[in-house]
Parts: sequence; C-alpha cells; structure tokens
Amino acid sequence: MALHRGRGFASINYPIGMNLGGDPSQALVHSNPDGKFTVALSSIDLGQGMKSVTRQIAAETLGIPVADVYVDTADSDTGPHCMGSFASRGTHRVGNAVIQAAQEARAVMLEAAAEELEVDASDLVTDGRGNIHVKGAPSRTITTMAACQAAQFKQGKTVSGRGIFLIPLSEVDPDTGEMTPVSCFAHAALIVEIEVDDETGEVAVLDMQSAYEVGRALNPKLVEQQLIGGAWMGMSHALWETTEPYYPDRSHGPVDFNHYLMPGPGDLAPHHISVLERPAPDGPFGGKGPGEMCANPVLPAVANAVYDAVGVRIDDLPITPEKILRGIRAMGGAKPRLRLAKMQVTGVR
Amino acid sequence: MIEFRKEFFADERDDNLNEIGKPTRRQDILGHVTGRSPYFDDHLFEGLLHIRCVRSPHHHARIRRIDTSVADKMPGVMRVLTGKDVPLNLNTLLSLLDFGLDDEPLLSETKVAYKGEPVVAIIAETEAQARAAVAKVKVDWEVLPHVLDVEDAIKPGAPVVCDVYPTNKFIYHGKFDHQKLRFGDVEEAFAKADHTVEGRYQMSPIEQAPMETCGAIAAPEINDRFVCYTSTQGLFFSLGTAAKLLTMPSSRLHFIGGTVGGGFGGKVDSMHEPLAILGAMLTGRPCKYAWDREEEMQVGAPRGAERWYIKDGVMGDGRIIARKFTGYFDSGAYTRLSSYAIIKGVGHLPGPYTIPNVYADVYCVYTNRTPATAMRGFGITGVDFSIEVHMDKVAETVGMNPVDLRILNSYRDGDMKAHRRLAKNCALIECCQVVAEKAGIDISPASRAAASMRDGGGERANLPTRTATDQNGAVSGYRPSNYGRKGAKPPSPTAPVPQPAYAAAPGQGQRAAVLPHQAAQVPPAPHAPAPVPPPVAATAMDTPRHGALRFSSLSGFRRR
Repeated sequence: MALHRGRGFASINYPIGMNLGGDPSQALVHSNPDGKFTVALSSIDLGQGMKSVTRQIAAETLGIPVADVYVDTADSDTGPHCMGSFASRGTHRVGNAVIQAAQEARAVMLEAAAEELEVDASDLVTDGRGNIHVKGAPSRTITTMAACQAAQFKQGKTVSGRGIFLIPLSEVDPDTGEMTPVSCFAHAALIVEIEVDDETGEVAVLDMQSAYEVGRALNPKLVEQQLIGGAWMGMSHALWETTEPYYPDRSHGPVDFNHYLMPGPGDLAPHHISVLERPAPDGPFGGKGPGEMCANPVLPAVANAVYDAVGVRIDDLPITPEKILRGIRAMGGAKPRLRLAKMQVTGVR
Repeated sequence: MIEFRKEFFADERDDNLNEIGKPTRRQDILGHVTGRSPYFDDHLFEGLLHIRCVRSPHHHARIRRIDTSVADKMPGVMRVLTGKDVPLNLNTLLSLLDFGLDDEPLLSETKVAYKGEPVVAIIAETEAQARAAVAKVKVDWEVLPHVLDVEDAIKPGAPVVCDVYPTNKFIYHGKFDHQKLRFGDVEEAFAKADHTVEGRYQMSPIEQAPMETCGAIAAPEINDRFVCYTSTQGLFFSLGTAAKLLTMPSSRLHFIGGTVGGGFGGKVDSMHEPLAILGAMLTGRPCKYAWDREEEMQVGAPRGAERWYIKDGVMGDGRIIARKFTGYFDSGAYTRLSSYAIIKGVGHLPGPYTIPNVYADVYCVYTNRTPATAMRGFGITGVDFSIEVHMDKVAETVGMNPVDLRILNSYRDGDMKAHRRLAKNCALIECCQVVAEKAGIDISPASRAAASMRDGGGERANLPTRTATDQNGAVSGYRPSNYGRKGAKPPSPTAPVPQPAYAAAPGQGQRAAVLPHQAAQVPPAPHAPAPVPPPVAATAMDTPRHGALRFSSLSGFRRR
C-alpha cells in the first residue's frame, strides 16, 4: 500500500458575456448638488463585487475619487434595465454601460466648470482628487463640488448621464453552426500536484500552479478572490461534488452538507497564481471577467494528475475513491506514469 | 500566492489610471462584516405567510385527482393553490430571447415528469403549519414509465418526458433535433491522420450550493402594486417572468434585490417570485416562498449532466487535424437554459485550438429528472473537462509533453475559428508558458518562442475549401427561424403524441375578468374555496406571443 504522487496539466479559454449577445445592460449616473455621484443599476452583487467594480469604473471615468461615488443597485423602480449577473457578463457589459453614462455626466460637469472658469471645456482636465483645472495651468482650478453646485443652482444643468451596452443578438446557422458568439475570451493554464492513496482511493490535492489571463485586472483584490474561490470550486467539482452520485441512477441524492461532499479547509492546497492582463479591446478599461472560468482548468488537470499518479483514467466526474479503487483493481495495482516528472527541469523543484 | 505579470502585453495597457487597477475596498464590506447587509430574507413583514409545495414522489406520473379537502381545514392554512390558480401556467425561461417553446408549468396540473415537481402550494401562517398541510394533500398518481439516461431517452419508444418535445429532443432553429457545427471534413481528415484518439466523458449534475437558498418575499404595496424582495441573479429577468405568468403589467411589480448570498447560476430560474406574488395577490398578505436545503439540493435545478464523445485525428508531430464531437446535455424534464447552454458550448468548440476540421452534433435531451439550469461555467465546464482530458490522451498517444501539445495546437490572433470568426486577443500560449516556467516543466524551444500575436492568420485565417454538410436529424412541422421559435405548428411526431396538457379554450381576453389581484384587495376568509377560474388558455403551440409585454420589461422599456 502506498501513496502515489502525480501531476496534471490543462489549459482553457472562456467566452465573456451571453454568448450570442442580445443582453443589454443600462446605467444611470447623476450628481447630487455637492458633487457626489450616484450610479443607478439593476445588476446583482452576488458577492463577486459588482457594486465595487462599477464604482471604480464610474470614478475613473468621471475623474473623481472613488469615495465620491455610490452604487445603488437592483430596485426596479429606480434602476434601469440589466439582463442580470451571470455568464461572466457583469463587469464587461455593465462596466461599459457605466462608462457611457459617466462620460455623459462628466461632459456636463466640465461644461459647468468651463462656464465658471470662463474657458473652453475641451481645455479642462480632472485630477482624480476632486479638482478640475485648465490643462497646463493648474492654478486655474475649480473643485468638482463647486462645478456641480454651479451646474445645479446657477446654470440649471443636470450633471447626469445615461449609458447602455448591447452586443446585438447573433444569428446561428443551423447547418454549419456559424455564429458570432462572443467578443472576448479569458484564458488559463494550470498544473496540479496530487497524492493518491492506493489503499483507500483517496486523493489529496497538494499544490496548484496557475496562470490566468483576465483582461485588465480592474481590482486586483476582487480578481484574487475570484481565482482562489473558483479554483477551490474546480477542485471540489473534480473530486467531491454531485447531486446524483450514481448518475443516471437517482438514488443516494444528498439533501444536506453532511452528504453533499465538498473539500473543507484542511483539504485546500496552496495555489500559486500568476495573473496576465491582455486588455479586451471592447472591455471596460480592458476588463474581461474572471468569475466563471477560474474553476474550469482544475477539473481536467486533476483527472490528468490521477492518471499520472496511478495510471487510472477516470472520465466520469466526480473522481471518487470508489472509482479510483475499482480502476486500480482492474489493472491489478497502481501503474504510475509520472510523465510530467520526466519533463522536469533538473534542479528547479 | 498571487503575482501580477505586468511584463506580458504591457504595450496594450495604460497602467497609470487613478482608480482602475487599485485594490479598493468593497463598497458593501461594512454591512457584510457586521452582518447588517439586508438580504431578501431579512424583509420579514408582520403577518408574513409561508408557502410550501406538495411535490411528486415519482419520476413520472399522471395526476388523476388532487384532494386538498383535509389540508384546506388544517390549522393556519390560508389558501391552497393548484395550477388552475396560476393565470398563465406555462413558460420557458428563454421566451425573453424568443428561444424555445413554453414547456413548464409553475404548478403541474395533469402530469409530473420528475421527482420533486410541484403540484400544490400551501399558504399558511407558519412554515410548520404549511409543512403539516402539505403532508395531508392526497394525490392520486398513475405512475408512468420513466427514462433517466440521455441515450436511452432518444431511442424510439422511450417514454415521452415533455409533451411539447415528443422525441425528447429540443428542436433547433425549427430545423434539426440537435445543434450542428460543421467546419471542413472530419472524415476525410481522419483517413489522413497518423492516429485517431477516441474518448467518452461524463459530467454528473452539480449543485450551485449557495449559502443562501433561493427565495422571494412578496407583499401588496400601496396603489395596487406588489413589492417583491428576491435573491434573483437577474432582477428584470425574474420581473418579466412574473409579469408573464401572472398576466400582469410589469408596472405593477416592484422588484428589490441586488445583495445575494451566492448564486453561481442557481438563482436565475425565477420560480419563487411568481408564486410568492401570486400568494400575496390571493391572500392580500405578505408571502414568503423559499427552498429549504433539501429542496435546494434535489429540486433546485443543478448544473446539468453532460456526456461527450470525442474523436481526434492527429499527425505524428502532434498536430490535431480533425476533431469530432457528439454531445448530450441532460436537460431534465424541462428546457430551462440547457438549449442555450448547448449553443454556447458549440460556439466554444473545439476549445482554444486551431483545428482545420471540426464537427459536432449536440443534443438537448429530456429525461425524468430535476431540470438543469445555469451554473458557473455554463455550457463550457463539462466540455472543457472532456477536451482537456482528451488532450492528455492525445499527448500520450504521440509521446509529447502535454504543455508542448497545447502550445503547438493553440489558437493565435487572426486564426479562423470553427464558428467562422477570426480569433483575436488570444493569450493561451502565454498562460501555458508561465505555468511551465513556474512548475519547472521543460518545454521545447519552439514552445518557448511561441506567442499569441505571432504566426497566426495567413493561411490559418482561411475558411475550409470545402465543408461537408448534411440533413441528419431534420425535423418537419416547425416554423424555421433563427432560434426555432414558438408559434410554430406542432411537430409530426414519430411516436403518438399524448393528449396536450392544456386543453384548447377561449382566448386570453377572458382571463382579465378574473385576475386574482382584484380578489386580493379584500383578503379572503382563511378557508374560502378558491374561485373557479375559467378554462385554461390555449395550447402552447397556439398561444399568441406575450412578447410585447415581456419584452417591455425585459428590455428595459417600462410600461406606464
């Protein structure tokens, strides 16, 4: 009886947004008299940080501090239409709508500032700290608050903007499948190292080395939480989870977390993540959407690692100890392959 | 644990922005860490009623009779609902995209097609009273033969799971019983290949497992409107679905959500909002409908199972020259989102690789199990598992480093993809290189020198000189359209069509006279029998589109 180590590799890409388009999202941006801005949306914050990333996008576009922006979302009486938070579409679609709305509001704010400073609006810049000044002449300045106050109380202007982002619905050719599925893709590659116990069939995930390309990381902390959580989910899908353990038979369906198996804190492996950022040409500041794809490379990488470790190919998920043991027995014992170990650069590990 | 490799694609970014790229703290963190962020279930109105459903114990059964006479008189029971109380008791989630036929009732009236399908909803003062009354509803079931395996379900003579699709297959574009992808000629290429590699892969159903189970609380609002607090992932998606099923203008609905305790795709099905609002309409009181954990796991739609067969034609040097897929998505008893997941999956094939000949037949199959829906990785996770395990087998077959095999076959900027659009903004090669470097895997000089921006396009941008097409799986009787839309005539089935679930009857106009909201102004006495609605509207096939109404809310143009 022995523990066998093995490594597995996988690489994937992932389409961003509802794949055939036709999924609009809108945003409304307005300033209160003090130059604090509200972004009204109907998008959903599932914990992924929808409110936070749209807040940063609005602040960047308006040219004001993030503290001066509040995102109010998902009241159908006040928020404009959004298709919803799914399909990795939130950052990409809603972010673009927020940029459009914020640009329109910014233009009014700059017009108001221009009138106060008696200059041309096209000569004005924002410093991101709450000031507007003439390009090259920082002393000719007005605060964003004063500009918004002047707009409302002196000039009678609404500092507000509307935005929508829509990729038109693609057709699908029934005969060839020709279609325009998505506008950008995220990417990932991952190597996982595992250990298989050939007596119990249990798998321990020891280490994960990954590279994720997510477009521009709009908020690196939010990206990190997605990638860590997503990889955990991928490992859980590979080795633990299902609502029908003997699919297609429906018996033994779990009804609580005692029987619906997932890895606990003690099962987690160190995960060494590298983030690459190739901006999406049509993404908000180049952002894509890391939310879904982060789980995907882990499933096949684990399956490939099990084969590497004991020579058993499990092509049916999840890879349970029962399936591994049956496979080992069918072969008359574990047959380690260790293909990646043979390709190791000497001295690196 | 995490590093940002800014040296890659640096010339494509401006890294000096004020707010973008900063690790700014979340706007809602204070509420979350102090436990004060309001979720749907925090809106516990005074006098809140609770809804629980009577569910099918069988995989497949006809409903002969439902006897609620004992349940009606149980303590605390305010109202007992059956399908007859639902103004428009048939829907398909993607009717907002005009995709597919209405196939699923909110409360089933004539038959059930999966274990756990709801047939009666009890509204009671407490959840315990609702549960007690559920146990006292007697349903006379006629158990029918069932089918659980996707390949069994599409054999001739298999039990018909969903009457709307009598061959147990979704109809694509009104034309075929599956979605096709045809690019070049795989059979010709297999004949030229040095090796062929075949595999079969199976992904079983997976629960989204959010900490907060799905649910909604609805209450009568002033001025003849209803407020609905919901855990939905798509606010207007759910609002539009509720407006359709309740035949109510969207302007009378006020949906509030936005802070959700995890979704992962499991909170788009919009099952709770219509029933909670219907409860509020019929009782005049706030109503909560939410799943317990058991329902979340076994009745709530999971990520569906997928079965994939893959065959590759490979040259001795590792170049993949042909890849053929046959896929079966297990949709369960109704369509929900599986049909769309397949189109997404097909647009994704053959994975992030440039392969000159690609073929796929992918079927959306109905079986007698819990309907499947979206989950993180929708339409992609299952096939990516299959592709990447298959790639490992191909690497072994040709004796190649699995990282080198990926980089050799990787798509690059300017390559033609199988769905006939050019690749751009690629970065697979760089991800592979970084991982190999970190893990100390010795990749070939060619792999080290490769780049997504180089060596793509040119001949690789060309469409195949010839593509083999076919009419396999052609259907007749459906109106051809882009998505294979409703309003089409019923198919001419090979198997006998069971009696339509919804008898033909007078038009929709009559429904307005008994819209339940009018009754809701005065709460009915607790044990008052439900008003008898007129016969239910026309069949799914003949029902005129409610698109104008639904689109009005779903596309954001509010109705006044």
